Amino acid sequence: MKVFKGTIAALMLSCGFGVSVQAESLSGTLKIFSDMANPAPRAVMEGMAERFGALHPDLEIELTVIDREAYKTQIRNFLTANAPDVANWYAANRMKPYVDAGLFEDVSEVWADPIFADLASTKGAMTLDGKQWGVPYTYYQWGVYYRADIYKELGLTEPANFEEMKSNCAAIIESGRKCFTLGSKNYWTTGGWFDYLNMRTNGHDYHAKLTAGEIAWTDEGVRQTFANWRELIDMGAFIDNHTAYSWQESLPFIVSGDAAAILKGNFAVAPLRDAGLDDSKLDFYQFPAINPDVELAEDAPTDTFHIPSGAQNKEAAKAFLKFVVEADNQTLINNGANLGQLPVNAKSSVDDDKFLKEGFAMLSSNSPGGVAQFFDRDAPAQMAKAAMEGFQEFMVKPDNLDKILARLDRAAKRIYK
Amino acid sequence: MPSSIKAATPPSWYKRNEIAVTPWLFLLPGVAFFLLYVIFPIFQSINVSFYDWDGLGEAEWIGLGNYEELYWDDAFYVSLRNNLIWLVLYLLAVPAGLFIALFLNQTVTGIRLYKSLFFFPFVISQVVVGLVFTWFYDPTFGLLNEFIGLFGLGPINVLGDERYVTYGIIAAGIWPQTAYCMILYLTGLNAVDPEQIEAARLDGAKGARLLWHVIIPQLKPATFIAFVVTIIGALRSFDLISIMTNGGPFGESRVLSFYMFEVALSEYGFRMGYGASIAVVLFLIMLCFIAYFLYSMYQDDKGGR
Repeated sequence: MKVFKGTIAALMLSCGFGVSVQAESLSGTLKIFSDMANPAPRAVMEGMAERFGALHPDLEIELTVIDREAYKTQIRNFLTANAPDVANWYAANRMKPYVDAGLFEDVSEVWADPIFADLASTKGAMTLDGKQWGVPYTYYQWGVYYRADIYKELGLTEPANFEEMKSNCAAIIESGRKCFTLGSKNYWTTGGWFDYLNMRTNGHDYHAKLTAGEIAWTDEGVRQTFANWRELIDMGAFIDNHTAYSWQESLPFIVSGDAAAILKGNFAVAPLRDAGLDDSKLDFYQFPAINPDVELAEDAPTDTFHIPSGAQNKEAAKAFLKFVVEADNQTLINNGANLGQLPVNAKSSVDDDKFLKEGFAMLSSNSPGGVAQFFDRDAPAQMAKAAMEGFQEFMVKPDNLDKILARLDRAAKRIYK
Repeated sequence: MPSSIKAATPPSWYKRNEIAVTPWLFLLPGVAFFLLYVIFPIFQSINVSFYDWDGLGEAEWIGLGNYEELYWDDAFYVSLRNNLIWLVLYLLAVPAGLFIALFLNQTVTGIRLYKSLFFFPFVISQVVVGLVFTWFYDPTFGLLNEFIGLFGLGPINVLGDERYVTYGIIAAGIWPQTAYCMILYLTGLNAVDPEQIEAARLDGAKGARLLWHVIIPQLKPATFIAFVVTIIGALRSFDLISIMTNGGPFGESRVLSFYMFEVALSEYGFRMGYGASIAVVLFLIMLCFIAYFLYSMYQDDKGGR
């Protein structure tokens, strides 16, 4: 199987090469602004720029890497004032302000290229108003990462439904541990919990309507989600004082075994492995079903490249976008030694890594309800902020629920007007 | 000036008005930049506060809409309340600085070293102060909880509990601010007239009475500056909040300046108009103090002449 995939990759490589020979006339300067500032992503970005440069010797590539958090505020300035030719960003509603303001270039024409037939799974996330506004370069699954050794010690198995999840949790609490660690100082960590509880209680379509403002926050379905959440809170499933920790600061609890699991994206695996949890101690399960009548749906946030409308060298930028999604490039940049995430091109091969393989299988075959981006990418920024703050308050003071929902409803009326 | 020379070569306009014009020429760069970077943005912010604007697209005129929304916004009142708490408690830095200054105002071996050690927190960055206190308060591993644990108390989750969080951050802020006030008072104490103290002692004054009636009145300029910098420091308390809690838990540690940043400029903020209206409210509060300070400086100037 591996050999077969390798052959395909080699085939794709030659095809890709053929395409680029055609477009060899690219020249001038290609300015890329990237938020891939952590060591591994940075190396990936630099490697991509280098390989693209080698394909187009007449093209000079200027790569600027900006700290990931700072990038989120700087992008507003450089898109309007000093636009690069290619810029990193995120999919779905997160790109809407820039699309609405006309700062991102419509790249539907790039998507017409046959190579994009293999990117059907992420096309929806890149589409607004019926057009595509960028290309994805990586995505990753969310789910429950748990301490397999603790589960084994207590004789527990991966839960198949919410009842089992709760009975597992009761046993873990019995043993003097907490079920889940959480760092809600980063508000978005609570967004992950809401996404899963709501998608499992009401389904993906309901969730999409809620984040799009078509369903009120005071709706009965939302209340049911919070009621399920409250069951976990009331049984003491989460670590104490989670409001004081960022997501990184919440990891030591699972490393030390004071908490048995964490609901997180695949990016949590690397720090947990570095902290000494090998594959015999760390395992993964899909968030179990709550309401058996709704189909399972997953969060899989997609990171992207865009062409600002103020770009100077759009020809080269479009060629770069195509280069990024080529199957062999996707295989390479997403492997365990690089990003350690999932390739967006269906013809790429997923690296031989336990979590990547499980995640890939889950997203491709066991997510019939659909794929969501993440709460703060699906909902408009202001709504996401207000709601995630409300989630945190709910986790500390569940009795305030009515007040919180009324507040969110008021905010929604203003934001989705 | 002899009139014969004047008749021979009439002096240039500049020569004739040199005394009046020169000071303005010297002031010109400063005034120009002050107008450009301080005064102009004030009016610009006031203008923006009447619009609904995401910073990218078209701005839409909504009149007092932003202010009306502020009136209904719970988060705004939380921020305002926290600002008042900051103002009141932060002023503790002034007497604390005075007492440390009095304590350090003596000649023993190595006093320079002690003075520098006390001044140290003001020299290190606010970001570092914030981080140090965040670790100090950590509910699981923090020094504070280890300590009160000795007495069977705790653990307290200072930064994660909405009841304590603002006080926790203020305590962190007072640490460097006390050092600042201390330096102001140390220089002030150098200027205290020894003869007056001697005279007071001859009259039998000592301890608290000597301090209150003889020393503190002479420290008035230092006290004035200490109040000014502390009040301004309290109103612009931003970096500590950003580092220690990022406004959390659920927005309970926000102050106006942080809230303004959050709605207008942070990761999820796209509301320039609303942010500007918060800035205007903050400006009006500051204006009260600024007006008072300017007035009292003006009075001092008049009295001095």
